[in-house]
Amino acid sequence: MTDTPHSPQTATKADGAFTRFLRATEIDPRLLGMVGALLLIWAGFHLYGELVLGDGAFLTPRNLWNLSVQTASIGIMATGMVLIIITRNIDLSVGSIVGVVGMYAGLLQVEWLPPSMGIGHPAIWIIAVVFAIALGALIGMLQGAMIAYLTIPSFIVTLGGLMVWRGAAFLASSGRTISPVDTNFALLGGGPYGAIGATGSWIVCAIACAGVIWLAISGRAARKLHGFALRPMWAEYFVVGLSSGLIVIATLVVNSYGWPKGILKDYYATLNQEVPEGAFIAHGFAYPVLILAVVTLAMTILMTRTRFGRYVFAIGGNPEAAALSGINTRAMTVKIFTLMGALAGLAAVIASARLNSATNALGDLDELMVIAAAVVGGTSLAGGVGTIYGAIIGALVLVSLQTGMVLIGFGDGSYRKIVIGVALVLAVFLDIIYRKRIK
Amino acid sequence: MSNPNTGTPLVELRDISIAFGGIKAVDHVSIDLHPGEVVGLLGHNGAGKSTLIKCLSGAYRKDAGQILINGTEVDINDPRDARAHNIETIYQTLALADNLDAASNLFLGRELVNSFGFVDETRMEAETRKIMGRLNPNFKKFNVPVSALSGGQRQSVAIARAVYFNAKILIMDEPTAALGPHETQMVAELIQELKAQGLGIFLIEHDIHSVMKLCDRAVVMKNGQRVGTVNVKDVTDDDILGMIIMGKKPPQAY
Ligand SMILES: Nc1ncnc2c1ncn2[C@@H]1O[C@H](COP(=O)(O)OP(=O)(O)O)[C@@H](O)[C@H]1O
Ligand SMILES: [Mg+2]
Repeated sequence: MTDTPHSPQTATKADGAFTRFLRATEIDPRLLGMVGALLLIWAGFHLYGELVLGDGAFLTPRNLWNLSVQTASIGIMATGMVLIIITRNIDLSVGSIVGVVGMYAGLLQVEWLPPSMGIGHPAIWIIAVVFAIALGALIGMLQGAMIAYLTIPSFIVTLGGLMVWRGAAFLASSGRTISPVDTNFALLGGGPYGAIGATGSWIVCAIACAGVIWLAISGRAARKLHGFALRPMWAEYFVVGLSSGLIVIATLVVNSYGWPKGILKDYYATLNQEVPEGAFIAHGFAYPVLILAVVTLAMTILMTRTRFGRYVFAIGGNPEAAALSGINTRAMTVKIFTLMGALAGLAAVIASARLNSATNALGDLDELMVIAAAVVGGTSLAGGVGTIYGAIIGALVLVSLQTGMVLIGFGDGSYRKIVIGVALVLAVFLDIIYRKRIK
Repeated sequence: MSNPNTGTPLVELRDISIAFGGIKAVDHVSIDLHPGEVVGLLGHNGAGKSTLIKCLSGAYRKDAGQILINGTEVDINDPRDARAHNIETIYQTLALADNLDAASNLFLGRELVNSFGFVDETRMEAETRKIMGRLNPNFKKFNVPVSALSGGQRQSVAIARAVYFNAKILIMDEPTAALGPHETQMVAELIQELKAQGLGIFLIEHDIHSVMKLCDRAVVMKNGQRVGTVNVKDVTDDDILGMIIMGKKPPQAY
């Protein structure tokens, strides 16, 4: 405080109130910044559509629902990339892992299993999902072992992986596209049938809100038990209210996006009925989005509540200190890359299910989106710093930019790439400024 | 003169050698430590003091020699082995993860967990507050990364980590290097308190007055070799300085 004696009185006062507010609610100011940027991007696309094209299509249930589905596979991988980058590594191979895993999982469910099990056997999708995650994990483990025990830099190992796995994906099917995938498997990619509907969504909403409240109460109880300072009550209410409010809004949005006419017709046809007047069936949360939510929750718990998470941060902060504390840093590196591979395998499931096919290009350039998502979300390339929620917001920002450009008529890939590239550099620049200022 | 201690030493390092590339960082050095004793390790920078104690703390693997704890030979291959033998170390570099707070550093590698196996952050903070209240009552910065702490505060976190886990053997590598006079005095008192509790302490220290005041014996190293060992009460500080600077062994040394 002594180094800012010249700041005007009013500014310090305003700063003070806002800082006090953040401290009381324990809201990370960076989180506010990221959410602010996201809302700005959304509003920008919507207004551009509204004012220039005469049709604001961005902030509509349909677009937001699609956005949520499109974010799933990038977001899932971004949570793993956070751990990789925190420990001062990089994984350039995730996009190619998606490609090769998607291809083999496609072959498995389309060509290898059906002859013996029968097409559409209800176990096929389960086998395919387990296989995809396991294959991804295996690839990750292999790369992690080379990084940890052969001490080859992760940049090199995974750059090699980027090419090797993409090549392997092509060879696996001799360049063919494998399609269509198992019908149950396809539901994991979303779509009208790949979502849980209005009632299911409200149930999820209720569970999530109950979780938020439980977290607040149990956290307060633990602090009380040890006699630590408690958040003021208004701050508790504010945080719980804000979180549950956001969950309810998300639920309202996905529940107001109804099935398109064609799907309604098909659906009522299977019931041997005419489509009733004013029929409306809501999508609700899509399966891939629920998977993303579960992964986010699990990864957040992993990073903030387990020893494993502690060790990830410790290795990133000071690898030597971590080793001197008895942490097996090599084994940790292998585990982290294995986890990244498993998440890429899961992302391959969602991506191929969404396309209803496995193609050679599946996951192409995903590694850059995933790394960018983690970095835009505040993960520091210097290591030691990063959050799971940040990576999810980062993924939302990037996918919003990508889909928003399409929506306002700049669908040509070159514009998209320019905008995303600029956004990445800008985000890191803002982060540098932010870090300098808090020092 | 000879070793005044009788009975089995708490720690005995026998004929330890370790080399990096061509450099013999530690060259056939033997030292021992008895319960309730403070043994000073002295010598110029690069003499091999830190490297020697790192063989005991598990940071390095010795090339040759034996480590005995209470008369039994033990294998120390990594820091976990050392901790399992109740050896705690305050490293010269402090070995703190700068991005984590005091409690996370104090319990690093030995986190307290609740019945679900999750890290019990509040209990760790409560324990940290307790031990810091004893070691450094002015310490208040519990919820910030240790990178935001002063040199002295960081040092007290590193010391707390070594003291918290009921060490029997304590290694302190220049523990007062970053400290002001008041904090140095606190560390001196702590060493005397721990010694009275029966811990054996290896103390690497440059300040000759602290050595004279705190240590029972002093081992002087030069170029990776042991110059000699003296009982501190039998020699003057000039005798010890002569050993450090010129490698000259006074008649009292053994
Ligand atoms: N990890 C290492 N790799 C290479 N050389 C080392 C390493 N650790 C120590 N040394 C060398 O060993 C010698 C002794 O160093 P050190 O034990 O740190 O000395 P002191 O603690 O007495 O100042 C020095 O020449 C140093 O350069
Ligand atoms: Mg040293």
